[in-house]
Amino acid sequence: MKIFIPTPLRTHAAGNDALDVNAATVSGALDELTRTFPELRKHLFTGEGKLRAFVNVYLNDEDVRYLPAKEATAVSDTDTLSIIPSIAGGAGAARRADRPLY
Amino acid sequence: MATMTAPVKLPELTQDDLARYSRHLILPEVGEEGQRKLKAARVLCIGAGGLGSPLALYLAAAGVGTLGLVDFDVVDASNLQRQIIHSTADIGRKKLDSAEEKLKALNPDLKIVKYDTMLSSANALDILKDYDVVADGTDNFPTRYLVNDACVLLGIPNAYGSIFRFEGQASVFAAQNGPCYRCLYPEPPPPGLVPSCAEGGVLGILPGLIGVIQATETIKLILGKGEPLVGRLLLVDALNMRFRELKLRRNPECPVCGDHPTVTKLIDYEQFCGIAPAAKEETALKNGIPQMSVKELKQRMDAGDDLLILDVREPFEYQIANIGGKLIPQAEVPRRLAEIDRNREIVVQCKSGGRSQRIAEVLKKSGYENVANLAGGILAWSDQIDPSVRKY
Repeated sequence: MKIFIPTPLRTHAAGNDALDVNAATVSGALDELTRTFPELRKHLFTGEGKLRAFVNVYLNDEDVRYLPAKEATAVSDTDTLSIIPSIAGGAGAARRADRPLY
Repeated sequence: MATMTAPVKLPELTQDDLARYSRHLILPEVGEEGQRKLKAARVLCIGAGGLGSPLALYLAAAGVGTLGLVDFDVVDASNLQRQIIHSTADIGRKKLDSAEEKLKALNPDLKIVKYDTMLSSANALDILKDYDVVADGTDNFPTRYLVNDACVLLGIPNAYGSIFRFEGQASVFAAQNGPCYRCLYPEPPPPGLVPSCAEGGVLGILPGLIGVIQATETIKLILGKGEPLVGRLLLVDALNMRFRELKLRRNPECPVCGDHPTVTKLIDYEQFCGIAPAAKEETALKNGIPQMSVKELKQRMDAGDDLLILDVREPFEYQIANIGGKLIPQAEVPRRLAEIDRNREIVVQCKSGGRSQRIAEVLKKSGYENVANLAGGILAWSDQIDPSVRKY
């Protein structure tokens, strides 16, 4: 199945915007992804192995959080997984007092 | 919102209006009634920059009666690659004034309300409450959450748009029964994870695409026509020109818009996003890292001191301008510590002092005892020490 890598994470996935993985479930696919690119692990998962709250994973067009089986949902070759991180489109979070907001 | 569904006396259209908006009037989805709704509408544009530029211009063109603009920034040359409401002659001028001038030139009947202030928990509810729709064109996470929460608390829909490099997102949050921004992103990313446009770059046209989508959604909300992006996240990949749509749901456990909200007033958003409060003056120590000014660095270099300047920018930035530092891009620092001598005095440097501060903290945590951050980065060096060093 295909996993779409969002722009902010592409440096940690060797610049790829999409990757093919073999997996049976959503979590299997993510594990395969982070096995190939270990640096992605800390961006996607907390220390306890849970998906970080500012990262959303979509199976096709559905948020995995709202699927009955969540990450254990089975996937097929034609499914796609999209990782959607939050983007704010602008100034860095470490904003200095003298630097303008917008 | 009361103004859009309750029967209100809509303003009449003048002869000039009929001539100006004729292309709207002949559209079944707009017509005279729709145009009168637009004339009655009050839209708040937060940010008169990349997203705000096309957004405000198209709303003015469409005949929105009142446009509020929130922005305290000043036009800079680097804005002109994408902030098309401003012109070269406006460099140095307040964005609010520049925007107002162009908007009134386009549509003199437009009522513009300027808010020369930073939106904060103290003023957001007061500012937003008089508007029917908010179009969020800001560029940082604390404000995104602030605007979202304020919109939910006030019951005002939020035409959301955001961009990064060549990707954009758009949706409508805080509409009735629809999700809010927190339903999608309950938590912000840790500071520093998502680079700013200044650090990551942005394709100039991108805010144009997304900003006009926001304007479109705003107009649809006012007219009550078409299907707005409520419950949908539009993803735009401009590089591959792919548009995708993901389903968004209202989270019944959302702390702001859920069935049992726990956030009932505005909070400290900087704290929420993990940002230490900015000091009014440049402090000598930030998070335990000594701040070195560019003047001090120059003095030390002239005195022949043995400093290791660690430049943590990207190679293409180094090519544009550098002060001879050792280049290790920030993402590579953790695995190239062997190349950074623990026994030397290290000054970490980047473009403006943000990335270098973070890397200085990383080094300190890794046991480096003699690390300072070059406050203001290479931009400050160019401003104060050597103008021949190119700014970008």
